[in-house]
Parts: sequence; C-alpha cells; structure tokens
Amino acid sequence: MITPAHYTVLSAALFVIGMIGVLVRRNIIVIFMSIELMLNAVNINLVAYSSQLHNAVGQVFAIFVICVAAAEAAIGLGIILAFYRNKETINIDEMNLMRW
Amino acid sequence: MVETLVYPLIKIVFVLTGVLITVMYLVLLERKVQAWVQVRYGPMRVGPHGVLQPLADVLKLFVKEDITPVRADKWVYTAAPIIVLVPALIAFAVIPFGSTVHLFGQTIPLYISDINVGLLYIAAVASIGVYGIILGGWSSNSKYPLLGSLRSSAQLISYELAVTMTFVTVILISGSLSMVGIVEAQRKGHVWFAFLQPLACVIYFIGALAETNRAPFDLPEAEQELVAGFHTEYSGMRFALFFLAEYANMIVVSSVATTLFFGGWLRPFPNVAALRFLDVVPSWAWFCLKTFGLLYLFMWIRATFPRYRYDQLMRIGWKLLIPLAIANILVTAAVKVILG
Amino acid sequence: MSEAIAFYTLAALILGFAILVITARSTVHSVLFLVANFLFVAALYALLGAQFLAVIQVVVYAGGIVVLYLFVVMLVNLKRPPEVHKDPHRRSRLAFVMACVLLAEIGAIALWGYARPAMTATALATPMTASQNVEQVGWLLYTTYLVPFEVASMLLLVAMVGAIILARRDL
Repeated sequence: MITPAHYTVLSAALFVIGMIGVLVRRNIIVIFMSIELMLNAVNINLVAYSSQLHNAVGQVFAIFVICVAAAEAAIGLGIILAFYRNKETINIDEMNLMRW
Repeated sequence: MVETLVYPLIKIVFVLTGVLITVMYLVLLERKVQAWVQVRYGPMRVGPHGVLQPLADVLKLFVKEDITPVRADKWVYTAAPIIVLVPALIAFAVIPFGSTVHLFGQTIPLYISDINVGLLYIAAVASIGVYGIILGGWSSNSKYPLLGSLRSSAQLISYELAVTMTFVTVILISGSLSMVGIVEAQRKGHVWFAFLQPLACVIYFIGALAETNRAPFDLPEAEQELVAGFHTEYSGMRFALFFLAEYANMIVVSSVATTLFFGGWLRPFPNVAALRFLDVVPSWAWFCLKTFGLLYLFMWIRATFPRYRYDQLMRIGWKLLIPLAIANILVTAAVKVILG
Repeated sequence: MSEAIAFYTLAALILGFAILVITARSTVHSVLFLVANFLFVAALYALLGAQFLAVIQVVVYAGGIVVLYLFVVMLVNLKRPPEVHKDPHRRSRLAFVMACVLLAEIGAIALWGYARPAMTATALATPMTASQNVEQVGWLLYTTYLVPFEVASMLLLVAMVGAIILARRDL
C-alpha cells in the first residue's frame, strides 16, 4: 500500500540530490538544473497530498510552482549568457567580480 | 484483463504497421504528385507505374554504409533519430480513427485510448519531438548540421505557440480536451469546427506546415541551403528514421486537423436523415478520406509555393500568427460569454 | 499491487536519473538526463491521478524549460573542455554529510508523522475521478485563486521582457 509518506520520502530524496548538486558542482548550468530538481521534489510532495485529500489545491499550487520555475529559468539563463559574453566562463569559482 | 491488455496491443500493432506502410507510400505519392504538377511522370520503372518504388527505397537505405563523424558524441548521435521518431509514433495513441466496429461479436472502439487530456497530450508529444532535431544537429560535430538544427528548432518552438493557441479556441467551443469528445461536440453541434473557427483552422494549417518542416517553411532542410540541415551527416537507416519521422509527423498533424476541424470520422451532415445512404461508407473510411485530402494539400502547397527566407519565416510566426491566434481566443471567448 | 510496482519503478528511475544529472561529465548529457527525470515525474503525476498536471509538466518543463537549458548549453559549450574540479574532495564530503542529515530528518518526520493514528486509516486509496480532474483544477484556478493566476501572468510577462533585454548584445 503506497501512502503519502512514501511520496514524501521520494520527494525528500530528490530534494537532497538536488541540494548536493547545488553544493558540489561548479558549472553554473548544472547548479540551475539541480535547483529545478528541488522544485520538482516539492511538486511531487504537493501532488501526493492533493491526491490523498481529494482536493485539487495541491495541483494548483504545483502549477504555480512550474510557472515561477519557468520565469526563473528564463531570467537565470539570460544572466548566464550575459555573464558568459563578458567573462568567457561558466565556472562559479571564477564569477567573483564583486569580491574585494 | 484480456480487454485491457490484449485489445490495445492488437490495435497498436495495427496502427503502427498501418502508419509505417502509409509513410512509405506517402513518399511515393509525394514524388508522383510533384511530378504530375510539373507535367512529367515521376517514378515509373519499379513495378507498374512505380508502385514498388518504396520497397526499392527501403532496400537501398538498409544496405547503405553507416558512417559516424569523427569526434561525434556516439550515444547522442545514435539516440537523436530515435528521439525524433518516437513522439511521431506515440501521438497515434489518442487519435480516433473511427467510431466503433463490430467484430467477432464485440464492439471495439477504433482508437487506442481516449484519455481525458488527449489534445494536450498531442501538444506534449510535439514539444518532445524538438529534442531529436536539436541533438541530431549538435551531435554531428559539424557546422552545417548545427546551424540547421538551431534554425529548425527555433522555427518549431515558435510555431508551436500559435498551434497550441488554436487548440485553446477549439477547446473553448467544444468544452472537452479529449479527442473523442471534440468529435462528439461537432456531431451535437451539427457543424464542423472549420466553419465555426475558420481563422483557427488556417492558423493551425500554416503552423502545421512549419512544425513538420514542410515547404514553404523547409529552409532548415532544403537541399539548396545548408546542404541538408540537421540530417546532413546521417546516412542509411538513421536517415531513414528521420525521413520516416517527418512523414509520420505529417500524418499526425493531418489527423489532428481532421479530428479538430473537419469532423473526424463523421460523414457530412451526420444528423440529416435524408443522407443516411452515406452510412454505407464506414467511419474510418471518412476519416482516411479527409486525412488524405489534407495530405494532398500539403504536397500541393509544396509543389506550388517558393520557400520563405528564415527571417521572413520567424516574422510570420511571431508577428502575424501569434497575435492573430490571441485575438481569435479573445473574440471566441467574448462570443461564448455573450451567447451564454 | 500494480500501483506499488509502478511507484517503486518510477521512484527508482526518478532518483537514478537525478543522480546521473548531477554526476554526468558532459553538460549535454546532464540536460538529457534531466529531461528523462521530468518525463518520469510526469508519469508519477499521472499515477497519482493528476493527469492535467502530468501533461503540463511535459509541455512546460520537459518541452520548454529544458529546451531553453539545452540551447544555452550548446551556445556556451562550443569549444569548452569538461569543467575542471578544483579541490572537489573537501566540499563534497561536507555536502554529503549535510545531505544525509537532511534526508534522515525529513524521512523521520514523514514516517513518524504518518504513523500517528489519525492518518493511517486513509491510505492513498482512489485517485481523483478522472473525468473531473481538469474541471476541478480549472474551477479552482479561475475562482478561488484568480488573483494569483493574474499575478503569475504578470510575472511571466516581466520575466519575458527581462530575458529579452538581458540577452541583447548591446547590454
């Protein structure tokens, strides 16, 4: 019997994998993709509880999360492109223009 | 258990075989139609009037040498034709080919499945098909395919927007996302949606021409430009898969147009009792007739119009079709609210 | 029973592809594994009875956002060698420890919180009635949550304008 707890553990594991990606990788595009993994983990949790409580509010929230993720991806990638044109790098260790 | 597993499997085998054979003969039909428009005969040698030409083509493509470019990404290079072909084929899972047929005492509906979000499923499958084109061009590790694939995928995602907006107008007046529900709405409303939404029909058709990379929007893969676009470096069976995917996409797009705008499997005037003698033609035959009419229109347009330049193409997509489609949605929604 | 098989298979595939996303050497392979991950998450939504959200996930996420990532990767990746890891070991060990602690904590909360008697009775019995899922979501979006809906559309407009300006050459 699959309970929402199963889905929560799956969502937690996916969230944690995304978190490791953000902390470990140096390529900024992979960091952005790990952020998308975390957002998906949250969505899975929302939809699982929406399905258990027979209320579509969780799915509506998930749709808004997808909307915000789309907006964030567009802007983030625009920033990456603008930065790449200036500094020729996508390694975040080298993105230190504002350091003293 | 048997119904849920065996019947769909049999239907899938039928549909896939039918699609593959149709695609092969569609290639021949295209060459013949273009030839007749240009006052010549087309393929005539292989078989009577060239009827066995597709078999010769398939044989040729099978025995061609399979070349992989140097320093190409092996996995992605192999996967790209598959990623283009699979969405084109799985779109047939929701297309209703007819109403029902009575075989061996059972009533079998003539569609593989009728999910409640069928039209959105078609849109989803179309957006996955873009990947194969991007990856095919990128993984070939060569300039012309890369440029061709970037152009082609930009064209695809631009026209996909206009096409999805025409879906919205059809959903507005039919009240259902499922393909069978849309055909039923046309039967209950006594009118094909092409007459209720002529603008949406035209926008959909132009968008479909661009989605399948057909003339006059075939700049990314025309022979006179960019060698052959994103499938320059592919040969043999892999090129055959790209080719197959393009024609399968054409059939999908025509089937969807038939279902959404031309009444699907319904005979003309389905509620008029005086025309009941037309019922001798089965529902799937009406569907095939309408789909092949639209496919012939595709080929007719290819033989008639010159090609659009790339910037003209993008201008039409963004500055003409998308505003028109949005205006169409607004007007349709307003009329629906006013009329109750 | 079949739901359990489907859930475990999908969960294994989702987590497997997610691990491949963060560990692949080539960025393009990472993006492709991300697409596969999103497609299996959409299958999970369909299993839960949220068909509209499943198709939206494929159309918007897998078919829109990740295409954007792929374009940027291709534009940026044209002549790059794979990234050079500077001192990976120290950071990754700390990251793993933090991740394990967080996973243990969330897992414990989920399993302990679910074992309380008030909730055990209603397991994930029937998903929502299929023919009404789209209508339910649409009704909620246009009545109770109309203001967030309109604000989301403004957000997307702002993001679109911002992305166009950021991507211009003469910034």
